[in-house]
Amino acid sequence: MSRFEVVRTGASAPDSQPATQRTVSHRTEPANPSAKALQEKFSSAVKRVEVIWGETVVYVDPAAVKQMMGWLHDDPSQRYDFLSDLTAVEYRDAEVPIEVVWHLRSLPYRRFLRIKAQIQKGQPLEIDSVYDIYRSADWLERECYDMFGIRFRGHPDLRRLLMWESYKEGFPLRKDFPLRGRFSRSEQLRQALAQNPEARYSMEELTIADAFAELPTDMRDRLSKGERTGE
Amino acid sequence: MGLTTPAEHRTVSYIPESQEGWAATRLDFLVNWARANSLWPMPFGTACCAIEFMATAASDFDLARFGMERMSFSPRQADVLICAGRVPFKLAPIIRRIWQQMPQPKWCISMGACASTGGMFDNYAVVQGIDTIIPVDVYVPGCPPRPEGLIYGIRMLQEKVKNERAADKGTRDEMEPDPSSQLYIPPSVIDELGEPFGNSVNQTRSAP
Amino acid sequence: MARRTVEVELSTSGLDAQGRPQRVPLVTNDGGTAVAVEPPPSVEPDLEGEHMLINLGPQHPATHGVLRLVLELDGETVVRCIPHIGYLHCGFEKIGEYRQYNQIICWTDREDYLNSIGNNVAFALGAERLFGIEITERCKVLRVIACELSRIMSHLVWLGTFCIDIGAFTPFLWAFQRREEIYRLIEKWVGARLTTSATRVGGMAADIPNGWMDGLRQFIRTFPHTLDEIDRVLTKNAIWVGRTVGLGVMTPEEAINWGLSGPMLRASGVDYDVRKDFPYLDYETYDFEVPVGTNGDVYDRYLVRFEELRQSVRILQQAADRLPDGPVNIDDPRVILPPKSKATSEMESMIHHFKNVMEGPRPPIGESYFAVESPKGEKGYYMVSDGTSKPVRWRIRPPSFVNLAAIPKMVEGHLLSDVIAINASIDIVMGEIDR
Repeated sequence: MSRFEVVRTGASAPDSQPATQRTVSHRTEPANPSAKALQEKFSSAVKRVEVIWGETVVYVDPAAVKQMMGWLHDDPSQRYDFLSDLTAVEYRDAEVPIEVVWHLRSLPYRRFLRIKAQIQKGQPLEIDSVYDIYRSADWLERECYDMFGIRFRGHPDLRRLLMWESYKEGFPLRKDFPLRGRFSRSEQLRQALAQNPEARYSMEELTIADAFAELPTDMRDRLSKGERTGE
Repeated sequence: MGLTTPAEHRTVSYIPESQEGWAATRLDFLVNWARANSLWPMPFGTACCAIEFMATAASDFDLARFGMERMSFSPRQADVLICAGRVPFKLAPIIRRIWQQMPQPKWCISMGACASTGGMFDNYAVVQGIDTIIPVDVYVPGCPPRPEGLIYGIRMLQEKVKNERAADKGTRDEMEPDPSSQLYIPPSVIDELGEPFGNSVNQTRSAP
Repeated sequence: MARRTVEVELSTSGLDAQGRPQRVPLVTNDGGTAVAVEPPPSVEPDLEGEHMLINLGPQHPATHGVLRLVLELDGETVVRCIPHIGYLHCGFEKIGEYRQYNQIICWTDREDYLNSIGNNVAFALGAERLFGIEITERCKVLRVIACELSRIMSHLVWLGTFCIDIGAFTPFLWAFQRREEIYRLIEKWVGARLTTSATRVGGMAADIPNGWMDGLRQFIRTFPHTLDEIDRVLTKNAIWVGRTVGLGVMTPEEAINWGLSGPMLRASGVDYDVRKDFPYLDYETYDFEVPVGTNGDVYDRYLVRFEELRQSVRILQQAADRLPDGPVNIDDPRVILPPKSKATSEMESMIHHFKNVMEGPRPPIGESYFAVESPKGEKGYYMVSDGTSKPVRWRIRPPSFVNLAAIPKMVEGHLLSDVIAINASIDIVMGEIDR
């Protein structure tokens, strides 16, 4: 019988019965104690701490993100074991840097923390992946790459997720991307219909088929150069 | 036999006293009657409309009353493609392939605003109406259409099927419009038609 | 994986025309009371043949929309699964940056369309946090009713389609009959069946009409009978148990690390429920249990969701009993429109109406991530405001997106036919996954 022990959320939390927050103030709510612990542990890498609508935001140095997340995940006084969300924000003001945002939850302590890393404009859009710490970051990072073009260093399989792999128009959620796309409607439709639905196998999938070894040499060459199987 | 038509369009002569065991009718009338009442739908359900389609197929609205209880999830055994839901560009080649796989005669119902026109998704990802990809016979408005609306659309399609002529081969032809003919719409005109108009121009601006 | 025993009812009250019991068990133990299910035996090494590539979807009735799975098979056993999504990517988050907060509510309907009214509530709560608004007591209770009704609706679709995937058609019809009743209730309230747009920032689109609570009470009274009926047909059914037990097991640690939430996480034995742990809408004052599984397989997910249906009825009962009188919308001219009678007769009200509709309410600079317990799991709306009437960023945290990401882990080593059961047990909605 493989029965699991039931894991109780909030097992280490001081309050046994959390309550609905009422009349949350804009900037004056108390900060999450983890923010102070982070400042003590990584003094220089924590840029600043804000509390907005009761949620603590920690702005951190992009270079230290992975180290800090690993500490938050493993340290017995923090135990942020649940990565709720990972996304990015680009502001309308072109001067404001792009932010990568992680929403972390500590299930044992019932805490919520928002980590932000700012990537200055002009810098390459790259940041460390937290795939090794949280497996849930897998698709979230791929989606973030697909929509914003942020490359996550160390992600094992950083491909486009929502748009197709040969999508040519760019990264849709960037502010310089028009709502209706860069190309005209007829061009978008022409490009979409030019896709062969049966050719949507990635190289990885084609290596599964044993028949790959029996393909003609020229076709294997073309496939290995990244071309998709055609009709 | 259950065939009834107004007296002036009498297509069936069946007088049991004088003629035993046979009936005379127009061939295409009989064929269309059979086709219209046993349409096998191919539900291409993508989004919200698919839920309303499921509600239509369930017992409260009971699509079986119209000879459509046999959902054909394989396009090769289907008569009607019911496109229920929005169709993004990534799905466009797939719906066209499904349409090509369906055998003749075939019809298409575009269910809902998104499938018909793109609806509220006037952005980079969504095809602005599946009639830019495949021919559509009946458009059902609504977001999503009520089951009654879909049933009304199906009845309209049945009317259309009943009025087809076997001799008219043109209805079954699939052709790419010749660029020199009037049927051909150049891409620039399509883009012009696809531009926002009226109040929706404001809605493509981001802030404030 | 270890052997697991699940109690199965072998005898039925009815006999068929030949006098035989109507239901036949798959395997019985000595006492004839239980069916034992073992994982499929691994393929003998000398029988290893060529691996096969199978493409499932995007147009497949069992993928609940337009999911596409590419499966590598060794015989009938899945060796590797590569999911492809994005076939329903409609740019929700992009279009949200071009719309005012009240307008975005129309998009939240269409994103997880099984839980549309619950999404409206979640978005409105997030936007109210961003505006710094506290809603009225009556509105809170009405929103709880809306959330739990939509949880029942979503779980009923899950139940019906899960049954169809496994091969049972009747529960689908039963589930959809009860859904029609909820449809009628919601239609009386907000005027639409599926795409409700029921909330506004600061309140609801409409108060409930006269006599509406009678309909709700009638539903609360009769709905458990349907649940009992489905329970009798499925829970101890030998075929049902045989098709679901021991599939797609996730341990608690794995489930947390893969970011699962909702019934998926609770079936694995983690009792994380946003309603209990990060409560909203005064959920802590309602008396309800959070069902938790102990095996983390498909059968436990079924049990957890089924028990959630019963708990939702309990919450509905309590909410119906405590619904207070009073206004639904807050009295705040920043976000709430003036009454229509005034807007058509008084100049100031007309200007107020015009400015609120055309320019839209403006929240202060800030951001908020508001998570609710949707039927699929933790649903979060993350909004960033720069002080204008349209958000800079509107992010949806889709629970079934994160849940689906674990499918390669869950289906590995199982049979091809079990992929369908595991996929159905995740309760995916492609509109939410692809957005």
